[in-house]
Formats: sequence, structure tokens, C-alpha cells
Amino acid sequence: MKKELIQDAELVSNYINGDEHALSILISRHKQKIYSFIYSKVYDRDITEDVFQDTFIKVIRTLKRGKYNEEGKFLPWVMRIAHNLVIDHFRKNNRMPKFDNAGEFSIFSVLSDSSLNAEKSMIKEQVESDVRRVIEELPEDQKQVLVMRMYQDMSFKEISERTGVSINTALGRMRYALINMRKVIEQNNIVLTN
Amino acid sequence: MAKIYSNASPIKNNLKPKDETVSFLLNYSKALSVINYNKLKFEALLN
Repeated sequence: MKKELIQDAELVSNYINGDEHALSILISRHKQKIYSFIYSKVYDRDITEDVFQDTFIKVIRTLKRGKYNEEGKFLPWVMRIAHNLVIDHFRKNNRMPKFDNAGEFSIFSVLSDSSLNAEKSMIKEQVESDVRRVIEELPEDQKQVLVMRMYQDMSFKEISERTGVSINTALGRMRYALINMRKVIEQNNIVLTN
Repeated sequence: MAKIYSNASPIKNNLKPKDETVSFLLNYSKALSVINYNKLKFEALLN
């Protein structure tokens, strides 16, 4: 209780005058704040430990050399030293803080590479060329409707206008085209999945 | 049910330096002595 009553400024002044115990009070009073501050920037326990140590080495040297002037408060001054050392660390390593994937939530479970890999894109090409070959086997009128609908993305109304048949006929040709394709695929045991 | 995404990381509860680090700093402080000579300051680490 008595320790808390002694102000930082008084402890600093005692330390400068040779009271080593004052430093241990200062460290134990502020270590958690300073350590958390550093950790919030670097996200690595070992680096935090190093920066924390370097911060207090700088504090000790400055105090012992008598270069500290009690303009502001002790803690903001130490925080500024820690902040500068964190910047030095990143400058030295020339990189930004890395994402710590130690938690329960993994960012990689949400992010994925949507592009196909080499194997999958080869399978896709194979499937597409098989489908085209099956379409070639269809009677001309069915093939025409299917190509217009699936590859040219035309509506059945447009198809009926283009081919000069009724919409119902176009729909019927489409239906038979699909039935015939299924038949060809089953007969030849063609696998069209990837 | 709403999911709570703000689970505290267990590591945050124990954010303080190792005892060895603190003890090193205290020993460093005891060992360091600054010698003033005219206007020059010399640092000496005495073990």
C-alpha cells in the first residue's frame, strides 16, 4: 500500500540518487502496461520480450546518465521509447506484423483460392470437349436448339423466331436433345464430372 | 442463435514479461555505473 503512494517522479529521483529498489517498483508497477502495448504491435512473445528489455535498458542508461528531465510523466516517456523501438524493429525487419493464426478462428477457413488448379482445369477442358462431341451426335434440329439455348444464351422465344418453329416445338426439341444426350452418355459410359 | 465472435484470446490474460527479463534488468541496473570525467560520461558494467 505504501508503495503505491510513492509517485513515479519521486521513485525516479530516488533511483537517480542510487536507490536500486525504486527501479524494481517502477518496473513492477508499469510492466504489464508496457508489455501489452508492445505485444499489441508485434504479436510475438519473444520479440515483445526483447523490445521490453531494450526499452528498460534505454531507460536505465538515460536515468543513470542524468539525461532524464521530469517534464512529463514517467510512463508516457517509457511508452514513447517502447514505441520507437517497435518502429526500429519493423524497419529492421522491413515487414508488417504477421497474422497470428494461433486462435480458434482461422482466416484461411474463409478465404479460398477460387481459381482451378492445373489438374482441375484439365478435367474441365476434357469434360467440355466430351460434351461438345456428344452434341455433335444429335440430330440437326435438336442440336440447333440446344446450341442456341446453352451456348448462345437465347430465349425460347428468340429461338422459335430464328428457326421458324413454334415455342412449343423448340421446347420439345430441347427436351429430346437432352434425353438423347443422356442416352449417348450412358451408352458410352462417359464420365462428365470433375 | 447469435454467435459470439469476441472470445478473448487466452494469451492476453498473461501479458507480462518473464521474471528472468525483469531480474536481468535489475541486475543490469546494479552493474551499470556511469563515471563522470570532466564533461565526459563513461559507462562501466561491473559484474
